Amino acid sequence: MTAITVAIPTGRARTASPLRAVLRNKLALVAVVVLALMLLAAVFAPLLAPHDPNAQDLLVRLRPPAWMAGGTSEHLLGTDQLGRDLLSRLIYGSRISLLVGASAALLAGIIGATIGLVSGFLGGWFDRVLMRIADIQLAFPSILLALAIVGFLGSGLWYVIIVLGFTGWVSYARVVRSEVLSLRSREFVTEARAIGVGNVTIMRRHLLPNVMAPLATIGTLHVASAIVAEASLSYLGMGVPKEIVTWGAMLANGQLYLGTAWWLAVFPGVALMCAALAVNVTGDVLRDVADPKAYRR
Amino acid sequence: MKPLLRIEELSVDFRLDTETVHAVDSVSLTVEEGETLAVVGESGSGKTATALSVLRLNPEPPCVYSGGGVFLGDRDVLKLSEKDLRGIRGNEVAMIFQDPMSSLNPLKRVGVQIGEVLRRHQGATRSEARQAVLPALREAGIPDAERRAGQYPHQLSGGLRQRVMIAMALVGRPKVLIADEPTTALDVTVQAQILDLLVDLGQRHGMAIMLITHDLGVVAEVADRVVVMNRGQVVETGDVLDVFDRPADEYTRALLRATPKLELT
Amino acid sequence: MTELSVGAARVPTAASGVLRTVVTKIVTAIIVLLCVATVAFFLVRLSGDPVKLLLPPDATADQEATLRASLGLDRPLITQYLDYLAGLLRLDFGTSLVYDQPVADVLLERLPATLQLAAAAMVLALVISVPAGIIAALRRGKAGDTGVMTGVLIGQSTPPFWVGILLILVFSVQLKVLPASGYGTFTHLVLPSITLAAYSVAVIARLLRSSLIDVLSSDYIRTAKAKGLGTGGIVLSHGLRNASLPVITVIGLEFGSLLGGAILTEQVFAWPGSGRLTIEAITNRDFPMVQAAVLFFAAIFVVVNLLVDISYTVLDPRVRLGR
Repeated sequence: MTAITVAIPTGRARTASPLRAVLRNKLALVAVVVLALMLLAAVFAPLLAPHDPNAQDLLVRLRPPAWMAGGTSEHLLGTDQLGRDLLSRLIYGSRISLLVGASAALLAGIIGATIGLVSGFLGGWFDRVLMRIADIQLAFPSILLALAIVGFLGSGLWYVIIVLGFTGWVSYARVVRSEVLSLRSREFVTEARAIGVGNVTIMRRHLLPNVMAPLATIGTLHVASAIVAEASLSYLGMGVPKEIVTWGAMLANGQLYLGTAWWLAVFPGVALMCAALAVNVTGDVLRDVADPKAYRR
Repeated sequence: MKPLLRIEELSVDFRLDTETVHAVDSVSLTVEEGETLAVVGESGSGKTATALSVLRLNPEPPCVYSGGGVFLGDRDVLKLSEKDLRGIRGNEVAMIFQDPMSSLNPLKRVGVQIGEVLRRHQGATRSEARQAVLPALREAGIPDAERRAGQYPHQLSGGLRQRVMIAMALVGRPKVLIADEPTTALDVTVQAQILDLLVDLGQRHGMAIMLITHDLGVVAEVADRVVVMNRGQVVETGDVLDVFDRPADEYTRALLRATPKLELT
Repeated sequence: MTELSVGAARVPTAASGVLRTVVTKIVTAIIVLLCVATVAFFLVRLSGDPVKLLLPPDATADQEATLRASLGLDRPLITQYLDYLAGLLRLDFGTSLVYDQPVADVLLERLPATLQLAAAAMVLALVISVPAGIIAALRRGKAGDTGVMTGVLIGQSTPPFWVGILLILVFSVQLKVLPASGYGTFTHLVLPSITLAAYSVAVIARLLRSSLIDVLSSDYIRTAKAKGLGTGGIVLSHGLRNASLPVITVIGLEFGSLLGGAILTEQVFAWPGSGRLTIEAITNRDFPMVQAAVLFFAAIFVVVNLLVDISYTVLDPRVRLGR
């Protein structure tokens, strides 16, 4: 029997160039730049931070930011109660936030996309069971779940990432599943099946590229919420070990000094907000590019 | 006899991001009392935009009325205030649309939706309206009117839904009725019934009917006069029989040729 | 991030069909709770040996064995699980290791505070988000819309507990008009409920806006205009009526998110509710308490969602009456 090679179109949807979309929208441009800066800060933290984030110097404790009375140019954003430089701690803190945010979103995305693909494509009782599990998963306020797991397992960077990843898969799965459901009956899939292409190959080669766009959108939004979730865990004292600098823990600390050193509670929050905003806006732009119909403007 | 509806040199543009589309280009037509005028053309010919202009229902951010006028008696609809315009809609001039499923609110009972016309224009109370819609439903050929009035759109068949639309349009006793492809979304068997109903009601109440369609068969069935549109312009006007027999314009001839005819072998 | 979940839309043929759907949903809810209880049970035992965590490091093996026996932890896992389930049916959730009282009592004592906070936040969120969503939809593309959407973006990006801290900074520390913590009077409720409501305002406003925009561009709105109805009448009677259906579902889900957020907010404001209790319990390794707390929160969430789901079935005539 001769092997017949047929070029089956993978039916990839035509999407506009993300670069052009970003350039068109000034707000998006700002967001992407901010995000890039934060990434740079995280990666090059040892080079950029003026001080060791854990170095204590009780002589300069509770100094206000440089532009206020009593501030010094040595510590641009002030110091905390142990004399540690706030700016350096902020820079180092970005590492955890971005790392956890990105990793959790990636993990959740892989889990969710796989479940969504399989569930949507195979259908039947498999699909029903998986979607029921999704409903059950949603029955847990996720922070409670994260707290319980991390609280009992103990602190650890990987625990946090795994927990946030495992609790976040549902949105991805839902979106991928609905895409797959609508693609399942399209020509390029039925053609592939007709010539006997295996299910896994169909899912990998034909369906996966088409769900990348909505996946990326959900992914960026999830990064933002994972960043906030990690900060919440650190704020509560659970999550990453206390020796590692996190914005959440800085906020918890700062709350104790609201009356005397407001900058300790304000700047970490600003950093968190900027990170989440930048990621959210980027996600909005991606959604605009990927599926203009879905984007409500 | 003075025409009830007179469109003079109407021009409608759609201002889009990238370009401006001249959907309607200096279109003129009239509709007399008791007459059924068919406006026929392909999609994109501007016939729907023209029809929507009579009640100024074109979506106004992209749409601009760039010239001409639409006259009901002596008043130019395009220059009326919002308040006066609303007084006319559903009252002097009524409109029915192509897809009765999407044109009716799925969450409201059919009788209530018809009653809204009476409550708006005749100051009827809710209970008065409830009674007054029943004759309208019966006139539109809907059996078991009382039960049907309490039902929701999804509980009715396509033909019944369009009858509801007709009842809703006619309950205000309008002088002019605009029907935008009223039978396109319906079964072939039901189409004829709806058309007959429209013509019958039109004659009974002396209404001027402006019927938009792309189907020459429909034109032949019910229209007295016909306006042929292509790319936003009127290419031919005249009595239906004349135009069908001796089409003056090349485009009209092409349209007629394209219509499948039953061959007796 | 919230999810839109409308469940499987069944189309019953008559009122008895609706009853069937409702019963099915209730049964499903019970099964879900059972699963949650099971997960909570095993979750808590994930961390390894709770006995070792409870004892000081220099405890003897004897002391360990005694404690283990007294807590019933020396029995096989299956026995413990079945005991646990039996206890649940009797509504016996165990005894707190910290308070030495029945867990249910302690939780129930603190529950009203949490519910009060969540309810206040929900009301506040609706009061702000509904008008905001309507304005944004009606003034689409113009200043009002941009303003609302910017607010939405900020609301969704700002960590809620930071909102609380900022509010405390401004209103308690600087202006000294509202208390920073504590419980009892209306003034105590203000800051915590604003903090908790922030995220939900963003989510609901955004959804209402897009739902309303969708509805307002549909054909039946054009028909309503063609009948001569005025803008106000159309927006209220046709627009909002139809747009609120999907929003109602989200409101149910938001309530769940509010419960989760309450945990954080209670910590920020030292609000004596079940959320704060749960965190204490986790820190103190009081695992009967944690088990019960997880179940409690999940139960409230499931019940609220069930009610919302049922109400959707009743409100949408297409589902209620079918063909």
